[in-house]
Amino acid sequence: MPGLGTTFGRGGATTAQQDLVNADAILIMGSNMAENHPVGFQWVIEAREKNHTQIIHVDPRFTRTSAMADIWVPLRAGSDVLFLGGLINYVLTHNKDFREYVVHYTNAPTILREDFRDTEDLNGLFSGWNAETKQYDPTSWLYEGSPEKGSLFAGPWPGHEEAGGGHGKDRGGEAGEIEEHNSDPTLQHPRCVYQVLKKHFARYTPEMVEQYCGIPRDLFLKVADAYCSASGPEKTGTICYAVGWTQHSNGVQIVRAAAILQLLLGNVGRPGGGVLALRGHASIQGSTDVATLYDILPGYLPTPMFNRAANTLKDYIAKHRSSSGWWANFDKYIVSFLKAYYGAAATSGNDYCFDFLPRVTGDHSHFGYWLDMMDGKVEGLFIMGQNPAVGAPNGRLERKALAKLKWLVVRDLVETEPASFWYNSPEVKRGELTPDTIATEVFLFPAAGVPEKDGTFVNTQRLLQFHNKGPEPPGDARTENWFMYHLGRRLKAKAAQDLRPRNAPLNALTWNYSTEGAHAEPRAEEVLMEVNGRTMADHKLVAGYRDLKADGSTACGAWIYSGCFPERDKNRANDRAPVDSYGHGWGYAWPSDRRILYNRASARPDGKPWSERKKLVWWDETKKEWTGLDNPDFTKDKPPDYQPPEGAEGDAALSGDQPFILHPDGVGWLYVSSGLKDGPLPTHYEPLESLLANPLYPGRDTDPAALKRERPDNAYALTRDKRFPYVLTTYRLTEHHTAGGMSRTLSHLAELQPELFCEVSPGLAAEVGLRHGDFATITTMRAIVEARVMVTSRVMPIQVEGHTIHQIGLPYHWGTNGLVKGDMVNDLLPISEEPNVRIMETKALLCDIRPGRRARGKAALDELREHKERAA
Amino acid sequence: MSAESLKNGKRTTAFLTDSSLCIGCKACEVACKEWNGVTADGFDWSGFSYDNTGRVGHSTWRHVKFVEHEPEPGLGGNAGNLNSWAFSSDVCKHCEEAGCLEACPTGAIVRTEFGGVFVQPDVCNGCAYCVVACPFGVVQKNKNDGRAFKCTFCYDRQKVGMTPACAKACPTESIKFGDLEEMHLAAKERVRELHSRGMTDAKIYDPQETSVKGLHAIFIVRGDPRQYNLPPAPEAPTVYLRAGWTASAIGSALFMAGALLAFLI
Repeated sequence: MPGLGTTFGRGGATTAQQDLVNADAILIMGSNMAENHPVGFQWVIEAREKNHTQIIHVDPRFTRTSAMADIWVPLRAGSDVLFLGGLINYVLTHNKDFREYVVHYTNAPTILREDFRDTEDLNGLFSGWNAETKQYDPTSWLYEGSPEKGSLFAGPWPGHEEAGGGHGKDRGGEAGEIEEHNSDPTLQHPRCVYQVLKKHFARYTPEMVEQYCGIPRDLFLKVADAYCSASGPEKTGTICYAVGWTQHSNGVQIVRAAAILQLLLGNVGRPGGGVLALRGHASIQGSTDVATLYDILPGYLPTPMFNRAANTLKDYIAKHRSSSGWWANFDKYIVSFLKAYYGAAATSGNDYCFDFLPRVTGDHSHFGYWLDMMDGKVEGLFIMGQNPAVGAPNGRLERKALAKLKWLVVRDLVETEPASFWYNSPEVKRGELTPDTIATEVFLFPAAGVPEKDGTFVNTQRLLQFHNKGPEPPGDARTENWFMYHLGRRLKAKAAQDLRPRNAPLNALTWNYSTEGAHAEPRAEEVLMEVNGRTMADHKLVAGYRDLKADGSTACGAWIYSGCFPERDKNRANDRAPVDSYGHGWGYAWPSDRRILYNRASARPDGKPWSERKKLVWWDETKKEWTGLDNPDFTKDKPPDYQPPEGAEGDAALSGDQPFILHPDGVGWLYVSSGLKDGPLPTHYEPLESLLANPLYPGRDTDPAALKRERPDNAYALTRDKRFPYVLTTYRLTEHHTAGGMSRTLSHLAELQPELFCEVSPGLAAEVGLRHGDFATITTMRAIVEARVMVTSRVMPIQVEGHTIHQIGLPYHWGTNGLVKGDMVNDLLPISEEPNVRIMETKALLCDIRPGRRARGKAALDELREHKERAA
Repeated sequence: MSAESLKNGKRTTAFLTDSSLCIGCKACEVACKEWNGVTADGFDWSGFSYDNTGRVGHSTWRHVKFVEHEPEPGLGGNAGNLNSWAFSSDVCKHCEEAGCLEACPTGAIVRTEFGGVFVQPDVCNGCAYCVVACPFGVVQKNKNDGRAFKCTFCYDRQKVGMTPACAKACPTESIKFGDLEEMHLAAKERVRELHSRGMTDAKIYDPQETSVKGLHAIFIVRGDPRQYNLPPAPEAPTVYLRAGWTASAIGSALFMAGALLAFLI
């Protein structure tokens, strides 16, 4: 999400799936869309059928998506930035950028500081790298002429703290007052972003792509031509991606590369354009919007850091507010949020209970606390609707860590592997854990399923869809809302009897939801109303975030959703009467039901559409407002020729032709001046386990800021490790759902893909002696797994530097429980952390494969150990 | 709606399964099983591409075929040169002249008011004559249950004006449902469109010249239909009845004549 958040302003897909029908070309990469978003894929099919849209699929494997594409491009797993950089290089070399768009709507003309150094200057590093702390200081990355914000607060820039992930820094650019800067609209200045971009990607040539992505030059040029010609006033193209990009040690930068390409081609904010992040779960967008992540508060407000520039509300606001652009309203959002949490207890006198918010003190991400758990530092854990015993990497460590807890609560629809690890897991079978020595007390609570409760999904296109309860949940099964509400109620009751300062936050917390039914179910709509926001005086729901105030008179749970419930009986997330092709009238897209973000960019600087064919939002001179086919992502009555007066602040500081309203300078960022831990521009690095050294930067193999978390129980292979000579990539199948809790337990799904299988090319099968239908054993530095062999030409070897790189594929859906069982593939992966969001690398690692089943019980560990003891 | 299909107020409906739009997601298989309460087939990995249910049968009424083969260069679509992977959802053909219906001795198998072929589960005696009579190998006897089962054409859904479950669930509209005449027209148009885009091997599968006399579940496939479990010349075995009875009659007549002769001599 920071890839999109920093480039454009919001960490979310810029478009809706329905808009794909308007694209002239669709590039699907880092995604197997037909496989994993089959329902969304209907619009790709519609585009192909109605508009003869070119569908291009780039993937190491030929998948169900490739079968529907016009061009499939086989890619070496892990070389995504090289490929995308190749496309950027192609556009810049042949001047195929949409020049007028680029000059007006991006920071291409912005001039960088003299002390900025690119990876081309420093062999794979940008200026500001501290080899000891393994962090960048982005000061030299700032724009020339931008005052640094450092005088306002102490500590590292937002996004560059040691602790914390990157989500709160979905914004970027907070290190300076960047609305002040020098620029060259002719794009000739050697230090302007356009020229720096050119230099940065100069060596990402078609020859480089052929040599190190394994894509024949002619094919690459064919694709480049096909996609890059979907650009300009009359044409647009969309890029779709998913975890094939994000689950990489440089995942955010891969997304950045695509975002840069789309800005250069002028595709952002236009119909049939944009970047469609295909998030993989019915409500995963909701989970970052309303923050299940430790480093962000709802609405992407950053969780304050401990002992840094966030001890007082004033400092915290100074750090994160910008004087220009929409984030000038930052104080209104945080104060309203605090009022939602703490109600009457939050006053201007006590900083609105800002002190009650927990502070980030370290890496509290999944891997952060899980490794702490492994080291015995965590007492208790709630696992709700997630299955880290199967889905997380290095499953052996994940499961063993559970045995270190004092207590564990699992809430799920079925008994998942985290709940049964203590008696039924590979660790127990191999004698690494014994049930009678595990002191963890495990509580398994049955959960209600989706049709058994009211609630809101927020899907990949930022669409809130309320779902209404059907049947009652069976027996003791209860909803999340019920569980959390009653847990909170009981904790508050205890805190009311114990007024020590440590309980002050609990005592101040508002927790007033009315309940209904035999089980006292809290009303989900009341939560949504709280999220929408109210005025404190009369408890009237607000119409939207424009009504929020910084003086404590409004409360709002998540400002980005404000407007979804503007009146008592108007739950817009529950609307079911679509009126147009963008689906207005069905659900509610945040923000403000804008379906295509940054849609001001669909009009020229003068407010007229770039073309009739690609009109979306335009200025109506008679009505003096923006109008069109979507709600304008712009101040409705700000004319295109508006120029901000001297000293203007906030949105008023942005002119009428600056579409990227979250950014203080109002433009899309080809170059991100601060906020991303691994650089202002995407750079090719190899995966953390690779058969190659970095061909572009010898000696700088991997993303310098990525964290390997290397330790004896989380070991890595070496580069070109003789013990693990093949590349492994993991993925999903349509028939199963993530860790399999909802698919391996249902006969209709379990029978569709009953057994774990690996996919290998005929060449690899011949080399190793694998037979289709027999078993194979796959080993990595972490684990040993067996699978059926599927020999298929859909998996291709890649030629690099005259060597054949074999790629092996494994879907990861199997576990110890369910109607169908199998080895847990993610045991093979290491725990690793992309520097900004701390997600693990699942898409490219090293392995070995041999014919036959693995040893049983403890002997499997012996086999693994023997393998690791071979010469590397 | 054509005049033909409005005969007697009845409406002849049909499936058009266009495999050029199929993404192999199997939503049709699952939706059918969910709606009709059909059980799983068994958890056996076939190793045959991504197809682990194997065939249409008593407990799989929609079945997605996975066809992997070397493509023919120069043909459009399906990512052209490197690989080819086609998907098609197989189903009961609801033949105009249905072998199973002709063979059924109890009258369990009937033609519905929508033109579909329906096995009445409360009449079927499990004799399995229908099984051998189907030229497509669709209907199958469930040995645990004792009766024969196949696609019902969602007769219960059609009766209340709903679309069959598989067509409803299909995300890409690969399975189309409507009046038979509509489907014929749509198929012709679609194949014309595919040909214009270079997919000259696309064809309609609807054998009308053999004794099945045309299907109420027609297909659009690329290449040889046999890859999709669609035989080139399917015959309802009852077409051989006349020849069979005639041969029997001649045979017994000859036998009778021979016996009389032997008696007289």
